[in-house]
Amino acid sequence: MNPVATQMSASRLQSAGSSVAPTGKAEPAALSIRDLHAWYGDSHVLHGVELTVNPGETICLLGRNGAGRTTTLRAVMGLTSARTGSIGVFGKEVIGLPQHHVARLGVGYCPEERGIFASLTTQENFLLPPDLPTRFPGFSIDEIHQLFPNLKARANSPGTRLSGGEQQMLAVARIFRTGARLLLLDEISEGLAPVIVQALGRAIKELKKKGFSVLLAEQNFRFSAKLADRFYVMERGKIVLEIERSELGNKQAELNELLGV
Amino acid sequence: MAEIFGIPVPLLLGQLMLGLMNGAFYAMLSLGLAVIFGLMDEVNFAHGAFFMMGAMFAWMGGQYFHLGFWWMLLLAPLAVGLFGLLVERLMLRRLRGMDPIYGLLLTFGLTLLIEGLFRTFFGVAGSPYNPPALLGGTLNLGFMYLPTYYVFAMAASLAACFGTWFLIERTKLGSYLRAGTENPALVQAFGINFPLLVMLTFAFGSALAGLAGVLAAPIIQVSPLMGSNLIIVVFAIVVIGGMGSVMGAIVSGLALGVIEGLTKVFYAPISSTVVFILMALVLTVRPAGLFGKEK
Repeated sequence: MNPVATQMSASRLQSAGSSVAPTGKAEPAALSIRDLHAWYGDSHVLHGVELTVNPGETICLLGRNGAGRTTTLRAVMGLTSARTGSIGVFGKEVIGLPQHHVARLGVGYCPEERGIFASLTTQENFLLPPDLPTRFPGFSIDEIHQLFPNLKARANSPGTRLSGGEQQMLAVARIFRTGARLLLLDEISEGLAPVIVQALGRAIKELKKKGFSVLLAEQNFRFSAKLADRFYVMERGKIVLEIERSELGNKQAELNELLGV
Repeated sequence: MAEIFGIPVPLLLGQLMLGLMNGAFYAMLSLGLAVIFGLMDEVNFAHGAFFMMGAMFAWMGGQYFHLGFWWMLLLAPLAVGLFGLLVERLMLRRLRGMDPIYGLLLTFGLTLLIEGLFRTFFGVAGSPYNPPALLGGTLNLGFMYLPTYYVFAMAASLAACFGTWFLIERTKLGSYLRAGTENPALVQAFGINFPLLVMLTFAFGSALAGLAGVLAAPIIQVSPLMGSNLIIVVFAIVVIGGMGSVMGAIVSGLALGVIEGLTKVFYAPISSTVVFILMALVLTVRPAGLFGKEK
């Protein structure tokens, strides 16, 4: 067995342990991906992804371009052309569900391309995702406006007239208020000014305080280093390394090599 | 008598009014097509047949069930909408994700089928359909006499257009529709039932064609072929306005109705082709149409 695999199974045992609630009753993982394969047409992109996000955890999915981070998130949302394996969301199997039922389990998705609608105003974009039947309070609209004051100021502008940073804020802010409690955030810090990245970082910390479970797909390790409880590294459609936050120091060299930093 | 460019003013104003009325019908019909095309990328060739069904239902309601105009103004669009809903659910939905040409062929075939059925039962001679007593008679507009019903039909068409515009541009449901037009996958990922949205949109567009049919019934002869005579012009208008553009459909529908009317006064020989000449011009200069966005 190679050392990476040994470490992986060791830390999975740990994280499985930490998912046991104090009452002794096991709480289902927010997201539990097992042996996930996914395709776009004929091209086989994911090759057996294994990944867990426990309730309240912030997890970062790292990897080089083309490693399969975005596809992993898209596969959860049913946006790949085919997928096999198992994707559990709060204990419910998602594979086989109609696409619009995934969100209703409590999932909020922010796509890499942000997905701001040009024919909708900022306010309409913000209010577009319907409330989900989860009873999870999330953020109130006022709280979100405190986090991102620009969105309130520009409520009536067409969504795509906002600056890149404002569009990114809008793309994440609109899934804070729906009752989603697992957020899949794809490359939210990419190509943005440092001040915006800081604002987004603060928002992610607030998410954690509110009990959200978060899966960040990131190329920018420095952004996620301060936010995530655990890291997965992907390569060629597989998870090749799992690192606890506490192990970051020891494994920095290995990580740098995998990320090509 | 007063003249403009050598044309008597009353004649000019008369054609302007008739043009506006035709334009209101064009607008309502192209609006239904545009909404459906925007959301589904599907050209509904059966739109003219749905228009005809609306008018035929109105006529049949009076003939067989003694239901007057006002009843049929409500029931016929509902019936056509329900028919459209079934067409989407049972047939078009299966073609989703395939080349849109299949949908075009399916709805073309459907058009032949529907028109064929109505021809078999009712012939092609056409029947008159009287406007309701309340709207009989004529109105004196000062410069011309216009049948009261024409004024009503124009107002009702414009109200339907404005209502549809409001629904799409100003309501929550409309924001789902606009978002779905741009990025259906993301709309689904937010938990919105997109297939349901498509089905209802198709039903709504069909009902709009049905409503236009009922409103047109007292103006033109009700006949199984009344749809196919009109639909080609409406397609041209949708292309001019920009496929899928709500505002484009309304504005170009009205504008082309007026232009067509005025052409009858100024140079009658091209009045039936002016729409297509304009379509060719627009396609040369702005291939996406006047209000369309390049994809």
